[in-house]
Amino acid sequence: MAAEHVPTLDRAAVAFVRSLRAAGLRIPVGSAITYLRALGEVGVGTRSATYWAGRATLVRRPEDIDRYDEVFRAFWSADEGAPSIVEPDTVQIAIAFDDAEDDDTDDDADTDDDAEPFDGPVLQVRFSDTETLRHKDFARCSAAELDEARRLMAELRLSGATRASRRWRASHRSGDPLDLRRTVRHALRSGGEPVRRVHRAHGERNRRLVLLVDVSGSMEAYSRALLRFVHAAIVGRTKVEAFALGTRLTRLTRELQSRDPDAALTRAADAVVDFSGGTRLGETIRTFNDTWGVRGMARGAVVVILSDGWDRGSPELLGTQMARLHRVAHRVVWVNPLKASDGYAPLARGMAAALPHVDAFIEGHSVASLEELARVVSAPG
Amino acid sequence: MPPSGPGSSNLLAVTSAEPPVVTFVDDVVAGLEANGYLPDEGLATAVFLALRLRRPLLLEGEAGVGKTEIAKTLARWTGGSLIRLQCYEGIDVAQAVYEWDYARQLLHLRTAEAVGRTSGSDEAVIEAELYSPRFLVRRPLLAAVDHGAGPPPVLLVDEVDRADDEFEAFLLEILSDYSVTVPELGTFTAEVPPVCVVTSNRTRDVHDALKRRCLYHWVDHPDFEREVRIIGLKAPEVPAALARQVAAATEAMRSMGLYKPPGIAETLDWAQSLTLLGASTLDARTVEATLGTVLKYREDQERVRSSGVEALVSEALQRGR
Repeated sequence: MAAEHVPTLDRAAVAFVRSLRAAGLRIPVGSAITYLRALGEVGVGTRSATYWAGRATLVRRPEDIDRYDEVFRAFWSADEGAPSIVEPDTVQIAIAFDDAEDDDTDDDADTDDDAEPFDGPVLQVRFSDTETLRHKDFARCSAAELDEARRLMAELRLSGATRASRRWRASHRSGDPLDLRRTVRHALRSGGEPVRRVHRAHGERNRRLVLLVDVSGSMEAYSRALLRFVHAAIVGRTKVEAFALGTRLTRLTRELQSRDPDAALTRAADAVVDFSGGTRLGETIRTFNDTWGVRGMARGAVVVILSDGWDRGSPELLGTQMARLHRVAHRVVWVNPLKASDGYAPLARGMAAALPHVDAFIEGHSVASLEELARVVSAPG
Repeated sequence: MPPSGPGSSNLLAVTSAEPPVVTFVDDVVAGLEANGYLPDEGLATAVFLALRLRRPLLLEGEAGVGKTEIAKTLARWTGGSLIRLQCYEGIDVAQAVYEWDYARQLLHLRTAEAVGRTSGSDEAVIEAELYSPRFLVRRPLLAAVDHGAGPPPVLLVDEVDRADDEFEAFLLEILSDYSVTVPELGTFTAEVPPVCVVTSNRTRDVHDALKRRCLYHWVDHPDFEREVRIIGLKAPEVPAALARQVAAATEAMRSMGLYKPPGIAETLDWAQSLTLLGASTLDARTVEATLGTVLKYREDQERVRSSGVEALVSEALQRGR
């Protein structure tokens, strides 16, 4: 056992951690220290011991394994020259969100929506501007109007459909089961006689909300505005997950968690490498089903797909994947910004294949239509 | 737990009461193998570090790759008892840590009343009696912390992704300092921390704070040779040739992009079913008949059928030779 490691090893290990950070892995200081201790335990005699010590202490998501492998290979291989730092292969995309009213969107981000006594469909939309803007198509908005629309969206709150929770709450109905813990407490005060009986019942919880946003080229006029809506949904309540659909699936939940909308959207844009590219709806939804949805994330959840339904892949695949999603989800809502245009019929082949597996099909081209979306999402049952 | 197999008779359990000495990663490999688990190097290193650094081990991976089994094997090997906490949505302190035995408390009160003790100065005494260890129901987390003498238990927190995130924060508190506070009684602290294994199927991300506290290992499907050895170990009645063919066929299935690729449990089920049916080698007809033991989705079965059971079998015969 190599219990005492020389300072040069310490330095090399720290440099290795820095390379990993440069490659995009999130490694807190505590983990780096654990890594050093782990190296002390396994020794640095063999390459694989060093490799696995780092895998167990520095990597915390399977997505990071490839990057770890790359950096490890580059760093610890003597035959490949000096340690080099691997650049993350993300594409920088600037986002044109230059709104002046940054403060407005931020200051009431956490409103009193947690303490709502009424659990049914509640939508709080506060309007500071005219009704016209609410109904204006995002694609036809000027830059200033878009800013204002985004501000309206930041104030949208989704309360979500609920379901019975396992958690107990106090109940006043004598038909509900007894809360023995409280009853015993009270009995103590009345000489051991359970005079005052306390009842309890199951509470209610929000269902998980999963938002899948199409970021392909055909959705360009809408996807950035819709991402703002998704951000508002994530910040406004718990149990919301977001993904971008393009030629591949990108999970955005973490990126969009920041309360500052501009920072969140910039981070999201950095993560999505296929912004305004093509769409393979069937395949990306399949990836979603395989890696997240069917395993549990979509089970009993309200799944919202924001897409125009234009798909370069096979409509059969999209159909079967939508069917699969529909079988596990509580409700599947498809939001199509094109639905609002005059004479629209779901002729896109993908859209036609998906429709039989959709519970609600609504428009999503304006603030008012997103208000409708919030209402549908919150519908009970 | 009833002893299983010849290797874990009671006699052996008594003599190996001392926890095993773990100095090298190979000690872990040997220890787990002797108790019926064949780890690869990555998993063995993670377990080794968890034992040496006394950190919880977070295992993620597909369903059926043997995450839970690791904890069970660790318990057999170290001689500690296995304490299992199965997580589910809405799990709370009363189910995970401790609860008072209310029915017995009420009975105790009524008895006290019957002998006329409930009036006057006895009240405080009776309350102290009610909230004494006698009426405390120890749920898994408290039991793991307050384990008494002997080798530390193995605490298995199974499928933590099913619990709510509030519960996770709570779990983090216990895994950080291995102590539990019961307001009426005081704080229980583990002298020797339990060996903690936390598993997740990754239906959602486990909170970062919890991940930071844990060592992490992503458990993959075993490679071909390892899977053959696992079948040999877990289902010795399966003929060696058949075991190789089954491992080859499941390996092929895992690369077909199925909804639910078969895990080790399915491989074992399949090998055992085939053996029960008297097959000594794979053929298209028995594979057809037993497909339901490996593939649990109709779509997956159809995919395998449409890509050709014959081809699958002949490929498996080749590879398994």
